Amino acid sequence: MSRSFIARNPSVLWFLLALAVFTLGVTVLAEATGLGLVSTSFVKTLGKTLCLCLVAIAMDLVWGYCGILSLGHMAFFAIGGYAIGMWLMYARTRLIVTESLAAAPLPPTPDEITDGIAAQIFGVVGASEFPPIWAFAHSLPLQLAAVVLVPGLLALVFSWFAFRSRVTGVYLSILTQAMTLALSLYLFQNDSGLRGNNGLSGLQNLPGLEAVGQPVLSMAFFWASALALAAGYVLASWVVSGKFGSVLRGIRDDEARVRFLGYPVETYKLFIFTLSAVIAGIAGALYYPQAGIINPAELAPIASIYLAVWVAIGGRGRLYGAVIGAAFVSLLSTWFTGGQAPDLVLGPVRIQWVDWWTVLLGLSFVAVTLFAPKGIGGLFDLVRLRRAPDRHGADLGPDTGALREREAET
Amino acid sequence: MRHLLAALLICLAALPATAQDSGSPIQTLLQEQADLIVESSRRTIEPAITAIARSGLPDAQVMLEKWQAKQVYRHVETGLFLWAEEIDRDTLRAFDLAGNTPLGEVADDDYDQLKPNSGVRKMIGAALVVFQLNAPDPVTRATALEAIERDADASHLAALRDTIELETDPALRARKDRLERLLTIRFATDDAERIAAIESFSGDLGVDVRAALNPLVATERGVAASAPDTPDIARLLEPDTEALPREAAYDLLVEAGLAAPRLSRADKASALIAHIENGQVAGIRVATLDTEEARDLAYAELARSGVVEPVATEAELAARLAAHVFYERYVGAPPAVAIAAATVLEGIELRVGVHQAADLALDAVSLASIYFLAAIGLAITFGVMGVINMAHGEFIMMGAYTGFVVQQVVPDHTLSILLSIPLAFAVTFAAGVAMERLVIRWLYRRPLETLLATFGISIALQQIAKNIFGTQARPLTAPGWLDGSLVFSDIVSISYIRIAIFVLALLFLALFLIVMNRTRLGLEVRAVTQNPRMAASMGINPDRINMLTFGFGSGIAGIAGVAIGLYAKVTSEMGADYIVQSFMTVVVGGVGNIWGTLLGASLVGSLQKGIEWLNPSNTLAAQTYMILFIILFIQFRPKGIIALNGRAAEA
Repeated sequence: MSRSFIARNPSVLWFLLALAVFTLGVTVLAEATGLGLVSTSFVKTLGKTLCLCLVAIAMDLVWGYCGILSLGHMAFFAIGGYAIGMWLMYARTRLIVTESLAAAPLPPTPDEITDGIAAQIFGVVGASEFPPIWAFAHSLPLQLAAVVLVPGLLALVFSWFAFRSRVTGVYLSILTQAMTLALSLYLFQNDSGLRGNNGLSGLQNLPGLEAVGQPVLSMAFFWASALALAAGYVLASWVVSGKFGSVLRGIRDDEARVRFLGYPVETYKLFIFTLSAVIAGIAGALYYPQAGIINPAELAPIASIYLAVWVAIGGRGRLYGAVIGAAFVSLLSTWFTGGQAPDLVLGPVRIQWVDWWTVLLGLSFVAVTLFAPKGIGGLFDLVRLRRAPDRHGADLGPDTGALREREAET
Repeated sequence: MRHLLAALLICLAALPATAQDSGSPIQTLLQEQADLIVESSRRTIEPAITAIARSGLPDAQVMLEKWQAKQVYRHVETGLFLWAEEIDRDTLRAFDLAGNTPLGEVADDDYDQLKPNSGVRKMIGAALVVFQLNAPDPVTRATALEAIERDADASHLAALRDTIELETDPALRARKDRLERLLTIRFATDDAERIAAIESFSGDLGVDVRAALNPLVATERGVAASAPDTPDIARLLEPDTEALPREAAYDLLVEAGLAAPRLSRADKASALIAHIENGQVAGIRVATLDTEEARDLAYAELARSGVVEPVATEAELAARLAAHVFYERYVGAPPAVAIAAATVLEGIELRVGVHQAADLALDAVSLASIYFLAAIGLAITFGVMGVINMAHGEFIMMGAYTGFVVQQVVPDHTLSILLSIPLAFAVTFAAGVAMERLVIRWLYRRPLETLLATFGISIALQQIAKNIFGTQARPLTAPGWLDGSLVFSDIVSISYIRIAIFVLALLFLALFLIVMNRTRLGLEVRAVTQNPRMAASMGINPDRINMLTFGFGSGIAGIAGVAIGLYAKVTSEMGADYIVQSFMTVVVGGVGNIWGTLLGASLVGSLQKGIEWLNPSNTLAAQTYMILFIILFIQFRPKGIIALNGRAAEA
């Protein structure tokens, strides 16, 4: 324990450096703050990508380090978004309603204002009263607390139930998938209190900051996302370094053995699952104001599967791998599905990427799983000349954590 | 020459018109109603039709029938009515309405055709029903009965009663008898007669019976100073209860003129606005009126100065409510009839409940068989081999699309279904074998990797299907003999497609049991599942067996796809809709046991139907709660309903 945290984790320094260079570069090139070479919408895309990188880090914590393949982390992400979205929508509608009522001969009563806001927000689902779930929507601090607490509590309760009955492996994956499916089906109902499939919209407009303008706001969110990503990266690498991290990797590689050694495996898993859910919630709270709209489709099981795809392609078990995977695949997705990619002409067949990108993604995902379990992050091993040990033909499995490799060498 | 002929014809035509009997009773009646008949407007025609139908004249039926068929004509000059058939463009073969006697051929220039519009024709048809009840043709009589059932009238009762005795067809006789009792309930004037008819329906499940009885037990709320002593009181109501909320009770008082109307917030605000003077209301500054209390205070000030009506305070309101008695009164029928109807209805509701439970059980069974079909392939790949295949749903989809493509080529639905079942098996068997060889084989013992890789395949397959077949739902039409449903009663019924799916599920269960327990393949599969190395040393090729098992499971998914496609639409996402439920079914039932899968499907199916029944408007909520229940269930029985013990569990 003589060496400092940075010295033991050189990747943290490199990562922070790269992120800082990237952020400053975008700031210099952006419309609002610099040369105007990068459009506001692209700044938003980059800011959203940073949030996706953050949720990928959370995914890597539970999956890459602890071996829990959660197929429901985008549910926590969306819950964070809903929590902040409720305040954004409430506060902005309140400004509009107060303004329109100010013209009336009598000053409005609090009830009239509340009724007016409720009618504005819920008119689309045919209701005119606030459901109980909106009880704290008037207060920014309370909703900010909800960004952290609701995903955290849900993850805590869910994982307590799951881990105490020793549900592991694929069963747990399916269970998390069922959880996010149940949540999205619930939110799809009109009487769920969150506007059914309309979702929450107009989130890009911060109440009271209309005068500032979208270019500056998107730049501010970009910076906030970058800071959150930096903080999340440092926190995550601190958690997984040292003894705690070793126990986590031990659980991933052989849960029973760690339990026999006397470690409370369930508590470790509970902690890491809840922590990652909280990180995911924060990432969602930063993502959706940049996206402008959130609806229950964001919680669909497929979203969480894509999250797993990013982390797998980037390389799980290393935090920078998760970030690279999320950034690479989601930006590539945007490029391909945005119709910017040129069509591929194979003789008489013309392949339009808008239609075929998902096929390519699915198949390359299979290829990565089969042939390159280390993902893109594995390329860094080539640079550092770190090779997998010769295992004399016996397969230790794909979850080749660093300690395991060292163990195998002896 | 043509003109000459025409003139001759007109001379001839003039003769029969004069020969018509202008004094016959039907003609007299028609002349009385002539204005209405000629006007022929849906709003005013009714008295004329009624007069003809009720006239009791033997010729009334002919008149109505011909009128409905647009065959009644009126002479331009004399105004007499007759009916006629068109011979050609200019000539008519005329008949007298009285006695239906032929009048010979006439030129149509002298006659105006009556052209009742469709609304009027429908009213004529209703009036004709009475005559048709006695028609010699049973089909006509049945049609007439249907018309009465649809839209009954008090006049039909007497007519129906007259014809019951004459009815020879036993089925029609029974229908007439039932209809007569229904009409008695609705239209008879004698209470005893109505009560007898009501009681004759005790326990009858027909929707028509409930439709006839329900208006009789209609009630109306009322209020009085003391409890009324009349027999038509259904029950007394307490204000401020669920049956009579406080506001509703007070509104009743207001309606009866026993209390001043309540002041709504909007009325209060507008009263205040009307009395704003120099930015003040009754001496209170407008800017301070931003709470309800301040507004109440300002209104009270206004009331004290006498410019607005004072409002009742909460205490006065309570006193008023306490001083009056609220009740519900039968308004649909005389009390004795209403009470009889209420008693019979109560009995019927009970039986309806029992039948609804039976219907629900049938629904649950059919849903369970769909889940079982979707899950049985998974029970093989996941349950027996332990390979988790997230693309299983896409195999279901491939099977369904195979059925769709076969139906495009083979137009005969029966033949195409028979063809598509083996074809779907072949296609998905091939896909399963390919997938096993290319992907899954390399990932045995790495379940999470298998899950992810098969997810990748599932994403790709879904998108490929979308690119080929488009995003819109494709129909897979069931053969004609599967249309319709098996009806047990007005409430309990099940469509033949669902029965077919149920039968198919049973067949699959049998197939699975036979293959696993009675064939060489099943023996080898079980051996490889339990101990691959030992099996290999006994001369079994585990790779080959794994490949075949996986292909078998996938092939069954394909057949399930055809069955599910018949019942739901075929889309590229149909597999994804079933995958989570299928896994739930297998996991809840217990992995590695086909009976467990059967139990799991029954549990999941009946649970979903049960929740839907509790909250019928919301199938989304039902799915949500079902998944929550399953998550909780797995907490307490992590290994499912049927847990394997001992060495089998380790395999």
